[in-house]
Amino acid sequence: MTKVYVSTVIPAPAASVWQVVRDFNGLPGWTPFVAESRIEQGAKSDQVGCIRNFRLKDGGVIRERLLALSDYDLSCSYAILESPMAVENYIATLSLTPVTDGNATFAEWQADFDCPPERESALVQQIGSGVFQTAFNALKQRFGR
Amino acid sequence: MVKIRQSTIIDAPIDHVWSILRDFNGHDRWHPAIASSEIEGGEPVDAIGSVRDFKLGDGSRLREQLLALSDDQTTLTYCLLEAPLPLMGYVATIRLKPVTDGERTYWEWHCEFNPPPERRDELTRLVSEQIYRAGFAAIRQRLARGTPVARAEAPLSRTDSSAPNGSASARAPSQGAVSAATANGASTRAIVVEEHGGPEVMRMRDIALPDPGPGEVQIRHTVIGVNFIDVYCRTGYFDLLKPPGVPGMEAAGIIEAVGSDVSDYRVGDRVAYACPPVGAYAERRNMAPDLLVHLSDDISDETAASSLLKGVAASFLLHEVYPVKAGDTVLVHAAAGGIGQFLVQWAKHLGATVIATVSTDDKARVATARGADHVVVYSRDSFAEAVMRLTGGRGANVVYDAVGKDTFADSLAALAVRGHLVSFGQASGPVGDWDIGRFASKSVTVSRPNYGHFTDTSEKLAIHVDRFFGALRQGVVSIDPPTRYRLDEAQQAHRDLEARRTTGALVLTV
Repeated sequence: MTKVYVSTVIPAPAASVWQVVRDFNGLPGWTPFVAESRIEQGAKSDQVGCIRNFRLKDGGVIRERLLALSDYDLSCSYAILESPMAVENYIATLSLTPVTDGNATFAEWQADFDCPPERESALVQQIGSGVFQTAFNALKQRFGR
Repeated sequence: MVKIRQSTIIDAPIDHVWSILRDFNGHDRWHPAIASSEIEGGEPVDAIGSVRDFKLGDGSRLREQLLALSDDQTTLTYCLLEAPLPLMGYVATIRLKPVTDGERTYWEWHCEFNPPPERRDELTRLVSEQIYRAGFAAIRQRLARGTPVARAEAPLSRTDSSAPNGSASARAPSQGAVSAATANGASTRAIVVEEHGGPEVMRMRDIALPDPGPGEVQIRHTVIGVNFIDVYCRTGYFDLLKPPGVPGMEAAGIIEAVGSDVSDYRVGDRVAYACPPVGAYAERRNMAPDLLVHLSDDISDETAASSLLKGVAASFLLHEVYPVKAGDTVLVHAAAGGIGQFLVQWAKHLGATVIATVSTDDKARVATARGADHVVVYSRDSFAEAVMRLTGGRGANVVYDAVGKDTFADSLAALAVRGHLVSFGQASGPVGDWDIGRFASKSVTVSRPNYGHFTDTSEKLAIHVDRFFGALRQGVVSIDPPTRYRLDEAQQAHRDLEARRTTGALVLTV
């Protein structure tokens, strides 16, 4: 099992950041790499078990199932059903924690998955910096830094 | 039930913050509310169940018990056993998480307890502000000041390429202090640490250089050694340099002027040194000649400036701290590092079987080339098991360990009965507190040598210098040419050293 962990500090209250990232169908609105997204079978985007089907700007299509969503813990977990990345048993969790000292947000994004050993370092790089960190950077910019 | 959660971001890497907070008995050294603290019964600070008995500034006394500690999760949970306030059922957890984009740390402190209803608000405020937020502020301030995190008595090397530390206090009168060059006085170019901090705090400046005073000589440096201890002087981790000051404790050069009351040195003598006080990152300096070494023609300035500190250290480690004998099994950690390479070569020459540990395959090749009989990549294999297998279950007679926290326990496990663990550095962090009663299981000797105590008089030093230069001449130890930087490239040299981009020694040339 390979693990990727990325964390950052976003200069905004956790509730504001959560409003943006909570929408499981909202990736095109806040990440720079997703072109379009829809929820399959007309489900609501906060319905646990729903599937988002989105297309990256580079053309790749990814389907992910919402496994857990918590407005109490400010966290969201999902699994990849289909993707061009050749990963298996991929489960990721994005979570926010308020930093009480300064009204900021500590954001964490973690993924666990299986992959062929020779692909591991490239995937860690692609997911950790290409996806998670890039999305975090967009959030940081959106909230003013 | 009241639940409190406070969190903050600390501008320091998680290992650094954790090394302070993990010490269950260390809060009197950082929290402003705590006057003194001790662990009952002399238990180790990281033994689950240990109780800290501590006093606040007003004299009131509290007892708290360690319930859980995880170096993996960087969490510590404890409960209150006794207190002058009704914090009934108080259980608290400290938790750290890394901020991966930037060397910062998320620190959360939370608790729950049952207060009497009428004191609920008062106690909630007290815990949140006077304990948690005050603690955040104290750690932040402490890290900003660059106060050493390790206890003062343990200032030691942290990387492969560093030497044991110099003696911190014995002879550091000037701390490399500088005054600006004046229009009519003599001056020299020097690298000045303007304030404690990153490599950028080092600037090339002209500083005043008076004629050598009584009992001093003036040296024109040709080659200056760069050691990890210089980084600690720059950051303030060690208290050897008070800014603004000139770092550096190892160099070679030529005597250019001699003050009164100096008899053993003349203008034109080639010399080298590896000792406090700091001040080597300069074209010229004045210093007392007590610990200078005369260089003979067959030892180049570059060789002296890049190897004297490490060679002298290897000499006393192998001949005085534990005299290695033919037939001994010697375990050397970080065997591809500066001192490590010397230890491997020299121990082989003394007739020992040398087992080397390294962190990577590339470094394994270096250790093999230096003559190690067996090499273990410790990130991959258990070196304690390997040592036992290779020695038929006997273990090593001596372990030279400058890695510290990550290796200390297994180094003990790798020792033979009546074996000797020489702990001379802590590249991975302090080794923590150990109950020495356990050492009886193998009649273990543990020593913690300090460079200064083996080299602080010319008599003590000469033995090691002669022995080391002799070993160099005979080819017992050999060194690769160092990586060279100009004096004005000192910032880059530190960056490369800290990033571990280099192998072998680094020098500044003048």
